[in-house]
Amino acid sequence: MADAAVPVTTRKDWSSDQDVRWCPGCGDYSILAAVQLALPELGVRRENTVFISGIGCAARFPYYMNTYGMHSIHGRAPAIATGLAVTRPDLEVWVVTGDGDALSIGGNHLIHVLRRNVKLRILLFNNQIYGLTKGQYSPTSEVGKVTKSTPFGSLDTPFNPVSLALGAEATFVARTHDMDRKHMMETFSRAHQHNGTAFVEVYQNCNVFNDGAFEQITSRATRDEMLIPLEHGRAIRFGADAERGVVMDAQGRLSLVNVADVGEDALLVHDEQRENPDLAFALSRLSRGPFEPTPIGVFRAVERPDYGSKMAAQVLEAQARKGPGDLAGLLKSGTTWTAG
Amino acid sequence: MTSSTETEHHAYRVETIDRVVIRFAGDSGDGMQVTGDRFTNESAIFGNDLSTLPNFPAEIRAPAGTLAGVSAFQVHISDHDILTPGDAPNVLVAMNPAALRANVDDLAVGGTVLVNSDAFDERSLDKAGYSTNPLVDGSLGKFRVYEVPMTTLTLEACKPTGAKVRDAERSKNFFALGLVSWLYQRPVDTTLSWIAQRYGKLPIVVEANTLAFRAGYNFGETAELFESAYEVHAAAHEPGIYTNITGNTALAWGLVAAAQLGKVPLFLGSYPITPASDILHELSKHKNFGVRTLQAEDEIAGIGAALGASFGGALGVTTTSGPGLDLKAETIGLAVSLELPLIIVDIQRGGPSTGLPTKTEQSDLLHAMYGRHGEAPVPVIAASTPSQCFDAAIEAARIALKYRTPVILLSDGYLANGSEPWKLPDVGTLPDISTTFASAPNATADDGTPIFHPYLRDAETLARPWAIPGTAGLEHRIGGLEKADGSGSVSYDPANHERMVRLRAAKVAGIARDIPPIEVDDAAGGAELLVLGWGSTYGAIAAAVRRVRALGHKVARAHLWHVNPFPSNLGSVLASYPRVLIPEVNLGQLAKLVRAEFLVDAASLSKVEGTPFRVGDVEQAIFAQLGVVVADGERASAPVAAHAGEEES
Repeated sequence: MADAAVPVTTRKDWSSDQDVRWCPGCGDYSILAAVQLALPELGVRRENTVFISGIGCAARFPYYMNTYGMHSIHGRAPAIATGLAVTRPDLEVWVVTGDGDALSIGGNHLIHVLRRNVKLRILLFNNQIYGLTKGQYSPTSEVGKVTKSTPFGSLDTPFNPVSLALGAEATFVARTHDMDRKHMMETFSRAHQHNGTAFVEVYQNCNVFNDGAFEQITSRATRDEMLIPLEHGRAIRFGADAERGVVMDAQGRLSLVNVADVGEDALLVHDEQRENPDLAFALSRLSRGPFEPTPIGVFRAVERPDYGSKMAAQVLEAQARKGPGDLAGLLKSGTTWTAG
Repeated sequence: MTSSTETEHHAYRVETIDRVVIRFAGDSGDGMQVTGDRFTNESAIFGNDLSTLPNFPAEIRAPAGTLAGVSAFQVHISDHDILTPGDAPNVLVAMNPAALRANVDDLAVGGTVLVNSDAFDERSLDKAGYSTNPLVDGSLGKFRVYEVPMTTLTLEACKPTGAKVRDAERSKNFFALGLVSWLYQRPVDTTLSWIAQRYGKLPIVVEANTLAFRAGYNFGETAELFESAYEVHAAAHEPGIYTNITGNTALAWGLVAAAQLGKVPLFLGSYPITPASDILHELSKHKNFGVRTLQAEDEIAGIGAALGASFGGALGVTTTSGPGLDLKAETIGLAVSLELPLIIVDIQRGGPSTGLPTKTEQSDLLHAMYGRHGEAPVPVIAASTPSQCFDAAIEAARIALKYRTPVILLSDGYLANGSEPWKLPDVGTLPDISTTFASAPNATADDGTPIFHPYLRDAETLARPWAIPGTAGLEHRIGGLEKADGSGSVSYDPANHERMVRLRAAKVAGIARDIPPIEVDDAAGGAELLVLGWGSTYGAIAAAVRRVRALGHKVARAHLWHVNPFPSNLGSVLASYPRVLIPEVNLGQLAKLVRAEFLVDAASLSKVEGTPFRVGDVEQAIFAQLGVVVADGERASAPVAAHAGEEES
């Protein structure tokens, strides 16, 4: 995708003149930095890049990018971005959303954009809380969450965003977190390379309303033991000395093992390109929440023609078959008669 | 007036009449819409003026033989200019007892009833709620009733095809069409070739329908059941090429034309909904025009995608009906804030809620005007006839592109499915509505750097520049948060908000300078009463005014197709008449706007029966306003014998 003529840029070029107004200490700052650092390396032009968001803390993101951008309405960014992406295949369109925006009010648009495989890069900042409305539970909050709207604890079973995306026929599904800039940049780069909808869940800390939600797995102290990096074609293992790993039994169930107990050859080898999403789905269910060893990286990356290309192909095919549109001919396409 | 003459060049007598209203009615599965549509096409090609009114249930197949399942198609043909599908049918074709029962009360006294007598068995009578057979109990005494065993005759005719009885019976609508085609001396070739084309993949169906059609035609000619046949001469149309067109097709074609005239690609985001879906169907056929259509996951996604396409430089359009307009309200508000071109087409139907999905109403006017939170002005355009939907679509696009604004285009179920002959415009004479995208910075930063201010307005139109992604140097962010006047940066400044609210209002209000003044039809002058209409009431109002004038009374008429903003002369026009009457298929929504805007004591004529006004409804209201007492014999809408009636003069 790299275009030799694309000017060399730095993070500064991708930063708008607007003051960033997230709460001090918010995880969104590090995601913004990772995006602004990743984009100069992707060979794309600022003027061809568009960020579209809905409503929520994450949705302020486009204001801070020196690109084209739209801060739209709650939950609708995937729909709006669809219209833009399918009419302007030359553009690099990113959607920035949150767990409430994408999975609650906008859940319908998310699943449909994934099944259509519209060429979009969707970054879902998951902080498991409603931040902008000051602290209600979200569709990813754990059961029993005590918030202002659930003083006796929430009753709802949460969504697992990666499982949801896989169930919605997503072609690219990944997870990263706000404590690891390098991993975020690599993941965003992979999302950029994908030809279709790239769905990236970003674990993001809301230090005001849900501080430490991911600390057990993302802090520097625990990360090695609690995050399971997924790398295509390689045995799935983790731990400071890669002493732990994942195995799959004959029924397709996954479990965590000590490598020493089973031997290296018994470990499950990750295959992000497997057509059947079963392996990716099983990996998405490996952890019950951010308190157990949790996979990060690319769960699934398969090729399927993107929606806009298929739509463009139908237009070209119709033009080849019927010639370019002739308005006078269209008006006469029904039964006509002449008077006078 | 009707002039009946007789000719003797056939073996049977042929009377000439100036117009006739025919209603085909049967079960939903009986093919009445096809039958009516074919009769309409025969008449259009023959050269009659015409107007149609399909009327079908919301259920795809309600229980057979019940009143709920009756589907009907009314067509008015004439040898002169007509404006409506006719108040009362002169002829009712009833394929079963339910169709008779549901429609016979509408028939003109002395009118003709053609029934499929085979369908009048005890069970069917019972299903229709008849305790006695109306064909024998004398209840149809004021009509001329012809009993024709259409099922038997169709089966007999179709025998050579070897089709199963059940299949052959389905051709009985073509028998009825053939019979009525004879009765009104229609050319048959177009229907025969249409049958061959439409059912070409099923030779046995082509054969059965053809045989049934011919049998019906021949039955009329030979059965000596009818005293005479009738002919309705061609109308004197202006020279030109004509086609018969429905409102939804005209609207779809208008959108295709608008995109070409605006030199922008057309994108439709839409969710299927009655009675708007045909626009999605039609536009999805025309991909060779570069048209992209997305059947979205819901109404909100439909308009969202359209708005996204507009952000990228396309003409974004979404099509819907009332319930969908409710769902789109938030995105329309966003489009008001973003100040991007967008067209929202609302094919109005009976509400509230699911209401009457297949029936017409004009009850979304105030929704279109005000159905958003905040001060969110949107231009509103209303189409007045099926063919005028074409022009209305182009006008909606012109305003949307020029003023960078969402525009709501109102049509309704009556216009959407009704049809009329349309003189095709010369495409070379259609207006250039193209606009320009911003291509260079329009402001300077404090340090002297050229920068782009997305909300720096054109001094005349107050429209903001449309800078589309891909344009280097004009990168900018827009959104639903209030923006600083000019720079477009997020602003919570109170004075700025007040300024922006007023600027958005002034921009839409200023469109009044760019639309034609409302035309008043008051040729004689000195009228005491102005009848003001909007949208699909055009035909009924114009026809009623003609009738009243024919009786020597003075009445003026004007019709709005720009509802927001109003034409700039509307206030002075209203002030120049002592009385104003506003007929609407709602409870007085335009009347409310006019009273509020102009302090005019306008009277409202309301009707919400799911059908358009009858000419007689409007005529009576005009007489009431004029204080005229009309004797029964004098009133043009008084019941009259079949074929001697005068729906319009």
